[in-house]
Amino acid sequence: MRKPFLRPLAAVLLLPVAMLTGCGGDSKDGSSGGGAGGNTVKVGILHSLSGTMSISEVTVKNSELMAIDEINAKGGVLGKKIQPVVEDGASDWPTFAQKAQKLIKKDKVATVFGGWTSASRKAMLPVFERNKALLWYPVQYEGLESSPYIFYTGATTNQQIVPALDYLKEKGKKRIYLVGSDYVFPRTANKIIKAYAKANGMTIVGEEYTPLGHTEYSTLVNKIGTAKPDAVFNTLNGDSNVAFFKQFKSAGFDAAKLPVMSVSIAEEEVKGIGVANVQGQLVAWNYYETTPGAVNDAFVKAFQAKYKGAVTSDPMEAGYNAVHLWAAAVQKAGTTDVAAVKKAAAGISLDTPEGKVTIDGENQHVYKTARIGVIQPDGLIKEVWSSGKPIKPDPYLKTYPWATGLS
Amino acid sequence: MSARLRGYALFAGVAALFLVVAPLALPAFRLDELAKYLCFAIAALGIGLAWGQGGMLTLGQGVFFGLGGYAMGMYLKLHDAGGDLPDFMVWSGVDKLPALWKPFGNPVFALAAVVVVPVVIATLLGVLVFRQRVRGAYFAILTQALAAAFVILLVGQQGLTGGTNGLTNFYDFFGQDPEADSTQRTTYFVTAIVLGVLYLLARQLVKSRFGRLLVAVRDGEDRVRFLGYNPATVKTITFAISAGMAGIAGALFVPVVGIISPSLLDVVPSLELVVAVAIGGRYTLAGAVLGAVAMNYAKTSFSEQWADGWLYLEGALFIGVMTLAPRGAVGVYEQVRDAIARRRKPVPAPPTASEVPA
Amino acid sequence: MESLLNQLPVGLSIGAVLLLIALGLTFTFGQMGVINMAHGEFIMAGAYTAYMLQDWFHGQAVIVALPVAFVVAGTLGWILERAAIRHFYGRPLDTLLLTWGVSLVLQQAARDLFGAPNVQVTAPSWLSGRVELLGGNLPYARLFIMGLATACVVGIWAYMNRSRQGRRMRAVMQNRELAAVSGVATGRVDQLTFFIGSGLAGVAGVALTLIGPVGPSLGTYYIVDAFLVVVAGGLGQLRGAVIAALALGMLNSYGEFWTDASLAKVIVFVVIVGFLQVRPQGLFVLRSRALT
Repeated sequence: MRKPFLRPLAAVLLLPVAMLTGCGGDSKDGSSGGGAGGNTVKVGILHSLSGTMSISEVTVKNSELMAIDEINAKGGVLGKKIQPVVEDGASDWPTFAQKAQKLIKKDKVATVFGGWTSASRKAMLPVFERNKALLWYPVQYEGLESSPYIFYTGATTNQQIVPALDYLKEKGKKRIYLVGSDYVFPRTANKIIKAYAKANGMTIVGEEYTPLGHTEYSTLVNKIGTAKPDAVFNTLNGDSNVAFFKQFKSAGFDAAKLPVMSVSIAEEEVKGIGVANVQGQLVAWNYYETTPGAVNDAFVKAFQAKYKGAVTSDPMEAGYNAVHLWAAAVQKAGTTDVAAVKKAAAGISLDTPEGKVTIDGENQHVYKTARIGVIQPDGLIKEVWSSGKPIKPDPYLKTYPWATGLS
Repeated sequence: MSARLRGYALFAGVAALFLVVAPLALPAFRLDELAKYLCFAIAALGIGLAWGQGGMLTLGQGVFFGLGGYAMGMYLKLHDAGGDLPDFMVWSGVDKLPALWKPFGNPVFALAAVVVVPVVIATLLGVLVFRQRVRGAYFAILTQALAAAFVILLVGQQGLTGGTNGLTNFYDFFGQDPEADSTQRTTYFVTAIVLGVLYLLARQLVKSRFGRLLVAVRDGEDRVRFLGYNPATVKTITFAISAGMAGIAGALFVPVVGIISPSLLDVVPSLELVVAVAIGGRYTLAGAVLGAVAMNYAKTSFSEQWADGWLYLEGALFIGVMTLAPRGAVGVYEQVRDAIARRRKPVPAPPTASEVPA
Repeated sequence: MESLLNQLPVGLSIGAVLLLIALGLTFTFGQMGVINMAHGEFIMAGAYTAYMLQDWFHGQAVIVALPVAFVVAGTLGWILERAAIRHFYGRPLDTLLLTWGVSLVLQQAARDLFGAPNVQVTAPSWLSGRVELLGGNLPYARLFIMGLATACVVGIWAYMNRSRQGRRMRAVMQNRELAAVSGVATGRVDQLTFFIGSGLAGVAGVALTLIGPVGPSLGTYYIVDAFLVVVAGGLGQLRGAVIAALALGMLNSYGEFWTDASLAKVIVFVVIVGFLQVRPQGLFVLRSRALT
C-alpha cells in the first residue's frame, strides 16, 4: 500500500472543524431574520432537487420561482420583494420534515411551497401543524386529508379520478383493470375506483401493484391480456410508466385495442416514454399545455422563454398558481401573518392558466376544472372532455353517496 | 500521562463538547439535526463493530434500524390513537387492529422490542448464513438484497406499516410534544448519552478476550477454526449486537425527526452508513462515530448550498478515501502522529501503525 | 392453464434480461474478485450510447449501438480498472465501496449531461411485431433480447475455451499466483477481463432500451438483481450464471403470476437465502486448494 497523500487528510480532518464553526454561526443568524423583516418577505421552496423525484419536482420549483419573479417585477407583496429560500428535499421524506423545520425556525419564512409525493406531504404535515406555519402543496393527491395549515392547489380525487371514471363510463367501458405503483396514492385511488364501480355497474377485473421503480411488466401485461378488460386505469408512478407502456405496446396493445387512463403522466413524462408507445392513450388532469386562454398563452410563452425547450404541465401550473394565490391572500390580509392569510385566502379567485380557480375556505382546497386528454403524436395532450366549470373540492367525497364508508 | 488516562480524558472532553457546549451554542432545531447525526452514529458504531472489528460488511443495517424505528413508531401511533385505529389504517381500509400491533400498545414491550427484534432476526440470519461459511462479498450482497426485500415488504403491506409514508405525525412522546423545543433538547441529551454509553460498552467489548477473538476471525477465519473456536458463533454474536445498536438508533430517530419510513432502510441509506464509517476510519470505533456525524453534517450543509453537487462530492470523497486512505480519517491522523513521533526520536516506527490489515 | 403456459416464455425472457445484465459481472467478480457496483452505470452508459446514436442512425440506432456500446462501456471499465481497481486486488469489500462512489459520480454526470428526465430510444420498426406462442404473445423485442443473450453466452464460451487469451483468463481465475509465475501477464489479463465484462454491461444497456426507461437511475434498478444471479450461480461460472438467471427468471415470472410483483421479489430473496444454505458458494464452485 502506498503512503496516503496529505490532501484527503486535510479534507477529512477539516470536516468536523467546519461542522463546529458552521453550527456556531447558525446560532447567531438563527435569532435574526424573519419572514417579513426588512424590505423582503422570505418564502420557502422545498422540493426534491436530487434523487429519484427530482425529475418531476425541479420543474415545479422552476415555475414557482417564475411566479415569484413575476410578482417581484410588479413590486412584490405589501411593497416588499419576495425572497425565495430554496431547499432540497432529496426525494427522502424525513429530509422534507427536517428542511421544513429549518425553513420555519431558522429562515422564519412567511410560507412554504413544496412537496410532490404524498409521503413527503405526510412527513411535513406535523411540522407545519405544530409550528402553526403554512404549506402550499401543488400536486394532485389521494384526498382524505384537510390540514388547517396546508393549502392544496392540485386536484383532489373528485376533481380528477371521479371525472376520469365518469368519462370511461360514458364511453361504455364496463370492465376495468387497475394497475398501480405500490404506495398510498394508487391504493387509495383504487379503493375509490372500486366503490365507484360497484355503484355504477362496472366490474374490476384485476388489481395489481408493482414496487416503485419496477421495470419488468411482461407478467402483468400477460395478466391483463387474460382478464380481457375494456380499459386499464393506470396509477403507476415515474419510471415504471416507461417500462409498462413499452412492454404493453410491444405485446400488441394500443389505444384502439385497449385504452389506458393514466393520472400520473403529464407532458414531461410523455417524452421519456416515447410518444409512439402512448399515442392516443387517455390522461386525466386539470391543465394541459394546450389549454386555451390568454393567461395560459402568456404562461407557456414566459416559461419557455426562461427554460429553453421545456413543456408545461399540470403540477407546474398548480405550483405557479399557489404562489399567486398566496400573494393575493397576503395583499388582501395586509400582513404575512399565517392566521390572517388563512382567513383572507377563503374565497379568493384568480384567472390562472387552467382558467378560474377559487380557494374553498372550508377545506383549503381549490375549485378546479377537470379535463380528460388524449396524447397526440407531437407529445402534447389534447383535451377531449372537460367538466365545463370548476368543480367544488370534496377531499372526503362527502357529497357522493357511493363513497360513504371510504373515509 | 498514560495512554489509557489520555483516552479517558479525550472521551470526557468530547462528552463535554456534546453535552455542555453544543446545547448552549446551538438553537433547538440545529440541536435536533445534531441529534439525528448522533442517531446515525449509534448505527455506525454497530457497523464499526461488525465490519471494522469483525470483517462482516453488512449492507443491510437499515433493516435493523427500521425494525427499531417501527417498534417505537408503532407504540407512539397506538398511544396517540388512544384506543382507536392509527390514522393511516383508517385511510388504508383496515377496520380492526392487526394482531401484530396489539402488544406494541404497551410501552415496556415496545421499548424491549426495539432491541430484541433486531437482535433475534440478526441472530437467525447469522446462524443460517455464518454456519454455512457464507462470507465476504456473498454476505455483503445478501444483506443488501435483504434491505431491498425488506423495503418492498414494508411498502407492500400498507395497512400494516403505513406503506411508503411510513409512520409519522406523532403527538405525544411520553407526555411531551415531540415538535416542541424542550422535547427536542431532551431527546438530544438522551441520544448523546445513549451514544456515549454504547461507545464505552463497545470499547470494553473490543478490548476483551472476545474482541481479540473477533479480530482474529476477521484476519484469518479458518485459522481460528483450527484453533478450536467456532467463528460462526463469534460472528453471529457480533452481528446481533450491531443489529441491536441499529435498532436503538432507529428508535431514537423517531422522536428526533418525527418519522420512520422505508426510505431510511433502503439499499442506499444502508450503504451511506457504511460509507460514513469508512471515511471516519473503520478500524476504530471512534472513527465510525466521527465519520457518521461528519458525513451527515456535510450532507445537510452541502445540500443547503449546492444540492446537485453532493453526489459528486460524496462519490469523490469516497473514491479518494478508499484509494488513498483506506483507514479513513483516523488512519490518516495516526499516520501523521507517528510521522511526527518518528521525527522526534529517530527509532523505527512500529510496523502495525501504517499497515492495512487484510 | 393457457396463461400458465404463457408464463413460460415470459420467464425465459426475464431470465434472458437477468443473464445479460449479470454476464459481465460474473467475469469481473469471478476472475478478479471485484464487486463492481458501477456495473449498473455501465449498463446506463450503453443505453445512453443508443440514445446518442439516434441522431445519425434513427430507427436502426439500437443495432449500431450494440458494438459501439460494448466499446464505450468497456473503455469506461478499463479506465476504472487502470485508475483505481488495480490497487485493490485482494480487498474485494473495498472495491464494492469504491465502485459505489464511482456509480454516484456517474449517475450525477449522466444527470448533468443528458438531463434528469428519461430520454426516448426508438426501437427499430422491425422489432415491433410479435409471435403467437403457447396461446400468448411473445414480442420480437423479447425474442431479440433472448437471441442477444444466447449470442453473448456462445461468444464468451468460445472466447474462454477456444482462444489463447481466454485460456490465460481461465488460468488467472483458477490460480493467480501460479499463472503469474508461469509467465501470464496477469495485469494485462485483468485489463482485458474488465474491458470485456464492462463492455457486456454496455450491450445489456442497449437491449434494455427496448423494454425499459432510459434515465440516470437506470443502473440502480438492475444492480441488485444482477448480483443475486452471480451469487446464486457461483463466481466466474458461465454455466452457473446461465442456469441461475433462467431459474430466477422463472421464479420471478411464476412468483408474480401467482402472487404479485412485490411478493415475487421477496420470494426470490427467500429462495436464494435458502439455496445458499445448501450450496453456500453458489451452483458451481471453482475448486481451489488455497486457504483463505
